[in-house]
Formats: sequence, C-alpha cells, structure tokens
Amino acid sequence: MRYLPKSPVERKEMLAAIGAKSIDQLFSGIPERFRLREALKIPGPYSEAEVIQYFKERAAENSDGYTSFLGAGVYNHLRSVVTDAIIQRGEFLTSYTPYQAEITQGTLQAIFEFQTLMCQLTGQEVANASVYDGSTAMTEAVLMSERLTGRQRVLVARSVHPEYREVLKTYAKNSGLRVEEIPFTARGTADAKALQAALKDDVAAVVVQSPNFFGVIESYPSLAELAHASGAMFVVVVTEGVSLGIVKPPAEADIVAMEGQSFGLPPSYGGPFAGVIASRDKFVRQMPGRLSGQTTDSEGQRGFVLTLATREQHIRREKATSNICTNQALCALTATVHLTLLGKEGLREMAEQNLSKAQFALSELLKIPGVRRTFDAPFFNEFTVEMPRSVKILNSQLLREKIIGPLALGTAYPELTKHALVCVTETTPRAEIERFAEALRRALERPI
Amino acid sequence: MRPQNIKEMNKKTKKASRHTSQNEGLIFEKSSPGKRAFELPSLDVPATDPAKALGADHRRAGIEGFPEVSEIEVLRHFTRLSTWNYAIDLGMYPLGSCTMKYNPRVNEFVARLDGIATEHPYQPQELSQGCLKIMRLLEQCLLEMTGMDAITLQPAAGAHGEMTGLMLIRAYLEKQGNPRKRVLIPDSAHGTNPATAVIAGYEVENIKSESHAQIDVEKLRDLVTGDVAALMITNPSTLGIFEQRIPEIAEILHSKGALLYMDGANMNALTGVTRPGDLGVDVMHLNLHKTFSTPHGGGGPGAGPVAMKKILEPFRPVPILVEKEGGRLALEPVRPNSIGRVKAFSGNFGVLVRALAYILAYGPGVRQATEDAVLNANYIRKQLEGVYELPYSLPSMHEVVFSDAIQKKNGVNTMDIAKRLIDYGFHPYTTAFPLIVPGALMIEPTESESKEECDLFIDAMKAIAEEAATKPEIVKTAPHTTRVRRLDEVGAARKPVLRWKPAVPRSEAAD
Repeated sequence: MRYLPKSPVERKEMLAAIGAKSIDQLFSGIPERFRLREALKIPGPYSEAEVIQYFKERAAENSDGYTSFLGAGVYNHLRSVVTDAIIQRGEFLTSYTPYQAEITQGTLQAIFEFQTLMCQLTGQEVANASVYDGSTAMTEAVLMSERLTGRQRVLVARSVHPEYREVLKTYAKNSGLRVEEIPFTARGTADAKALQAALKDDVAAVVVQSPNFFGVIESYPSLAELAHASGAMFVVVVTEGVSLGIVKPPAEADIVAMEGQSFGLPPSYGGPFAGVIASRDKFVRQMPGRLSGQTTDSEGQRGFVLTLATREQHIRREKATSNICTNQALCALTATVHLTLLGKEGLREMAEQNLSKAQFALSELLKIPGVRRTFDAPFFNEFTVEMPRSVKILNSQLLREKIIGPLALGTAYPELTKHALVCVTETTPRAEIERFAEALRRALERPI
Repeated sequence: MRPQNIKEMNKKTKKASRHTSQNEGLIFEKSSPGKRAFELPSLDVPATDPAKALGADHRRAGIEGFPEVSEIEVLRHFTRLSTWNYAIDLGMYPLGSCTMKYNPRVNEFVARLDGIATEHPYQPQELSQGCLKIMRLLEQCLLEMTGMDAITLQPAAGAHGEMTGLMLIRAYLEKQGNPRKRVLIPDSAHGTNPATAVIAGYEVENIKSESHAQIDVEKLRDLVTGDVAALMITNPSTLGIFEQRIPEIAEILHSKGALLYMDGANMNALTGVTRPGDLGVDVMHLNLHKTFSTPHGGGGPGAGPVAMKKILEPFRPVPILVEKEGGRLALEPVRPNSIGRVKAFSGNFGVLVRALAYILAYGPGVRQATEDAVLNANYIRKQLEGVYELPYSLPSMHEVVFSDAIQKKNGVNTMDIAKRLIDYGFHPYTTAFPLIVPGALMIEPTESESKEECDLFIDAMKAIAEEAATKPEIVKTAPHTTRVRRLDEVGAARKPVLRWKPAVPRSEAAD
C-alpha cells in the first residue's frame, strides 16, 4: 500500500526486535473472541487514478453547469488561486494545533492576524481563532451571554437564519435556556416594539442578524439600546461577511457571531466553514475557543502563543467555557489569506459590486408582471420577492433551463409562501441575471 | 547555544541541521495605501451608490487598518510564516492521542473538484445525488468498521460528536421516562469528555483507575446506580492500553439501564481488527481528522461522525440521509424524536470527502495500517524501555506512555525533554496528558513512520536521556535551534495582546 512506508522485511525485523512472533501477538490485549477474522466489507483498495475517477463520477451527478441564485448563509464569491497555493503548503496543511509555540510560529502569527482582521471587520476588540461555523458561533455567543449575565432567557429575532435558530434550540434543551422568538416587521426588520415588550431583567441576550435572513440590514443602535436598558447582551449574527466592506459594522454589539465562509471558502455542500466570535476586551475571559496572543521569548523577540487557556477544556475540564477543542484553523487561515489579498480596496469593491448586481437583479425582476418586492428596507446582496405562483413550481421550470432558482421561503416561514430569497454576488454575470429574469417571465406567462 | 555545543550536537542529530529562515513582520506593518493584490472583473451592471442604496446610517466609509499589499508580498508573507512551522510533511509527529498521520494529497485534489467544492447545500436534491452518494458510502464504510447500526455525519469535530452522542443518550433515557443525572468519566479521559457532559446537562463523576490503569470493574458495579446515564470510556485508553473487560463493563451499565459511550479518538488502534459495536458499546464518535487522515491544518477543521446502536437511531440529528425508491437519496429535515440540528447544513462535507478518499485507497487493507501503527508503538516502547520509565506494563497498542521519573532526579521534566526533541528535528510527543501519569511522555508514532524515522526518533530520545544525566542544563533550556526561544506564556496571559493595533493612533476616527 502506497501510504505505508515499510517493506515486509522491515516489519519482520521490527517484530523480531520487539520479541514478538507475529503481529497478532501485539493485539493479545483484545480478547480473542472479539477479534475480526474476516476482512472488512468495504470497497477498495483504489489506486490514485481510481480514487479520482470515483469522485469525478460523483461530481458529474451534481449541479455542474447550472447558474445559481441561492445564498441563505452560503455564498459564491471570487477567490484567488494564490489562496489555495498558500493553504496547501504542507507546513500549514499538515501541522497540528500550535501548542508547541517554538515550532508553530507560522500558524500562531497567522491566527493573530486573523483575530486582528476579524476585529477590524466587526468593530469589536477581540476575536477568537474560530469555532465550527456561524450557527455554533451564535450558540456559543448565547452561552457566553448566559455566563456573563447569569440569566437564562434569550430573545432571538425570527429574521435570524432558521437553521441557526434550530441549532440554538438543540443546545438550549439541556442547558435550561429559554429561547423566545421576536417577530419581524412589514419592512423585514426585527420588531423593536415586540422586543421592548418582551424584554425584562431576566434576559441574557438579544440576538439579531444583519444582513438578516431576508437580506435586510438591521439598525443596530436602537436595538442595542433596548437590550442594554434591560442589562441583556446584544448579540449580532453576520452570515454574509462581505457586507462589512460597505455596511457599518455592529460596533454596538457586545458579541458578534460571524460565519467566515464568504472569505474565500468554497460552498462545499455546507462545510467546512469558519465561525467567529468577536467581543469586548472585558468579556474575553468568558470567550470560548483558542486565542493567539503576542508575547516575547527569553531573548526579548516578539512571538506568539496560545493564551488564556484556563478557559479551555484541556485545563478546566467540566468547568471550561466550552467543550470545543478542534476548531476550523485551516479555514481561518484561508480567510486570512483571502482577506489579505483582497485588502481594503478589494473588499470594498467586491461589496459594492454585490450591491450593484443585487440592485440590478431586483430591478430586472420587478419588470415582470406580478413580481413584487416583499420588504422595502435596505439590503446588501440578497432580497425577497413575492411571486404570483408557487416558488417551488417556478423553480422546477427554471431547472429545465439550467437555472437553480431562489430559495422558497414557505418552508421556514409559512406566512411567506410564494416569497423567494434571491442572492446575486459579483460572480453572477449580467447576462445570467437577464437570462434568469427572462426564464422567470416565460414561466409565469405559461398557463397554469 | 555556544558553538562547541552545536558541533557536538550535530554529531548526534542525524535528522536536523540548522537552516536559515526569513524574518517577517505582521502583514499590517507592511501595508501602504494604494497597494492591492486582487482585482475584480469590471462591473457589468450600472454602479449603485452605496450611500443611496444603504442610507447614510448604514454606510461604512472604510475599514481602518485593513491591509494594503501586493500579490508577491502576500505570497512571501505567508510562505515565510509557513517555514516557521513543523509539519507531518517534514517528519514524525509523535503526539499521543492526536494520530498525526500522512495526509494523502489526492484527498485535497478530489475535495476541490468542480461539482464537489462548488455545491450549495440548498440546491435541489436531484442535483446533489453525487454529494449524497459520497455521504452514503462513507456512512456504510464507517458502520462496517465500527460494527454499529446507524450514524450521523453532522458533528464538526470530536468534542461536537461527544456532545451529540450524549444528547442521543439523554433523549433516549428521557423517552424511557428519566434522563438521569450523572455521567461517569475515568480520570484518564480527554478533557473534552467532562466539558461535554456538562453541555449535555449532566453532572460529571470522575472515577479513578485501578492500579493497572484499567477501569476498576468491581468498583464500577457499586458506582452504577439508577441515576447514572452513561459511562464515557476511551478505548484503547489514553495510556494506549485496551480495556480488556469492556464487554463486562457494558453489561454492568446495561443491567442498570445506563449506556456505554466510547470516545473513538483512538480508533487507529482498532480499525479492521475489532469493532466497538461487537464489544457492547452503544454510541461512539470518530475523529476523521485522526484515524481517517483528514489534515489537521493547524487545529482544524475536523469531523466527528457519531455511530450508534439501533435504540438510539430515532434520536439522530436532522436532516437524516435516507434512500428512496429507485436508489435516489434524500435528506429528510423532520423526525419526531430527533435531538434537532447540531450544526447548520450537512456537516463538514469537504472533510467527509477526504475521509472517504482515504478509506477507498485502503479498502479492507486498512487493517495493515492499524497493524503498522501498533508495530511502530511497540518497537519504540521496546527500544526506550529502561531509558525512560514505563509506569504501566500492560501491552501497548498504537501509543506508549512513559514517565520522566528517571530524568526528574536530575531536575529534567517531560516538557524539557519534549522541547529538546525539537533540536533533534522532531515534533514533541504529548506532555500534559494523561493526567494519571505524572510527567507523562505520550508517544504515538502512527503507521506513517518508516523504520528509519522510528530509529532516528529512538536515537534522539536516547541521546536526550544521556544529556539529562550528564548535562541537564542543555535539556532544561531547550530548544536552542528554533527562531524563537521559550516564550513568556505567563506574561501573555497576564496582559493579553490579542490583536495588532496601529503604533500611532490615526487622526481619522474608526467607523
């Protein structure tokens, strides 16, 4: 087997050195009757060419060749080939968690740069080295709020990603957290009046997303004020990080829970991505996950180490701030390289292109008789429209023209049946937007 | 280090020699306004004025401090940083319990294919059959290897899998009428076990190992009462020793209505040789970034699938992968008894792809990998026994744990030896763990090491033991050849500096 670096002769020599008669003898600790006698029933062994062939065949059964208008937490963005060239260097790819600082300064400095970039983007003071994804980042932000306030009631806007809310509910079930949902207004924003009515001095966190699940940008200051007046943490979720290139950061938030997928990570059928927790310096000791900190070595040189480990499971065991151990380090590195390549101007320009293309797409769709905008509040690269017919049926018609249509909202929001969430990024050519609008027009002109 | 020491050292180290690495500051320190490393295609629709579309309240002027550098500078910056890392691609990584094995490059290649990396989790399932088939085949392979009945691929890492597993147990017991209160965890367990039990709403009861570092079965009989939900066991234990009485342990738990959870972190010792499902384990997680070779990437991403017996199947996290008529696969979002989602979308799919590529390359021959891993650990054990103290004499499987008792007499501890190993061209072994061995040296070579690399490691360990006896100072002040010396960790924690800030505050206000 090509991955195993031993010849049969070497195996014999090693067994002899150990003083074992056979390899079986080394497994004598396992009771005889539990040892497998037959080979495992799994396919293989495959040569490298056969492995590639298998996955190429699977890839051909997917959506290659289709144009997609899906977003909803996972976005298509341009990425430079330089990013993969860097993250595939074995020194990054095949390195362990940087506990041995002297020989992992590369990873540690890169994480420190990631933390800095995340602070700059979110307007926060401290960011961790990543958690699994946006949904678990949001949940960890709520658990962090619970520790900081000693309270257990949580108010989450219904305009937060439905799957994120589901994950929070899964965690909440066993921790005594009581999760309540805040409705959205006719403009698609979190309902401040309903929030005010629900707020009491027992609320640990108020959670909103911006741009929210409908693509609508929330107004932070007033919501933050309401939360703070009741002594609750104000948690802001960001699923589309590129928006931060032109949209004001959630500086009023106490904790930001962000999904980093938009920063150079391919959609990859839902993962691996990188969740980010950013917060205030004063809350750092309640943060989950690893942190890289600057320090000096015994000769006074600058260096970096994993720090504040007394929050973590390997030191604190059952009293840790979280059980997280393995995180999404290579995804965080990807985001670091990608954002460094984009730079200040590149990110701004990318964000502006998203905005322009989404505005163009909306104007094209609104030309179609019967298509109406659902909400009139400002949006970034996603917006919702109401269709005169079932979105699912329209989408199946679009599929015939190799177009993956917008997400039907009826499943997650029964009151928004016939409404669809359209996403357009800088990767969507104008011609495809026009083709989509044209195909939709034709589909709607067809008799039912 | 003084020059004569370097010369002397070079005689002994056959693996490492000094090399030059480049100095490199933080990327923010190289930034200068107007430089860029990325250009977008020109906009093909009318440009929208952000101030108008977003409103003045929402508009951001710019991101203070964000880098402005060119492409060559980005490439050099990260390439230079990369040379400061040790990696499996450079040599043996004997970190006990971490299973740092070779990460085949074809796995990276297939995970990046168009039609794999490009797929959106919400695209129609009829256009996702390739992704779903990959998940299905991986499920089937993992079930065959573990001897379990059902599986979820959703958890993102080992600790996340542990949490999912305990939630399954809780949901199952609740359905029986009583979720119970406590989870038993041996003192040799990984730190995530107790931290996880708390998140699943359980109290932790730590149980002491008997003198041979095995679970004290007689004592366990007394400890398992009606309010114990489960025992979390690591097998082989963190000492690399197989829990020989595991079927009996399972029986004790089952007779009281409790379940047996197995931490699969050490599955690299068992794959193809024995199956946890046959041993009486009810639920376990697998670390695909350990046993199944997906790259550790400096700390992640991983994947922590959870395999279980039939009784737990109804509680699996949604969505559930099911087979419909005609072999069509689908993800079903609703199940009445499900614990719910533990993560958005369908797990760390890209990691699942890599793990399946690894399994297909081996096929049933994966047993050879297990055998080689155990062979390497025992070979190292044999050669170093006596040089370092072996606190437990039971047979080792894929890893061996020594202690620093002999070297401690000269004031040299396991951390010093580990740091000295760096000078000899190796990554240190695990030092802080397992807690039941004071001054542990936890060594897991994996199957990826040749006899030559194992011999170099053994020579290095012997040379360090000799240094510890004759000139302990050189060990205690190691490493001597790295670009930074031992770092001030206490200072880092006391006054945390966790992000870069501009040296001189700029006049324009940050937005």
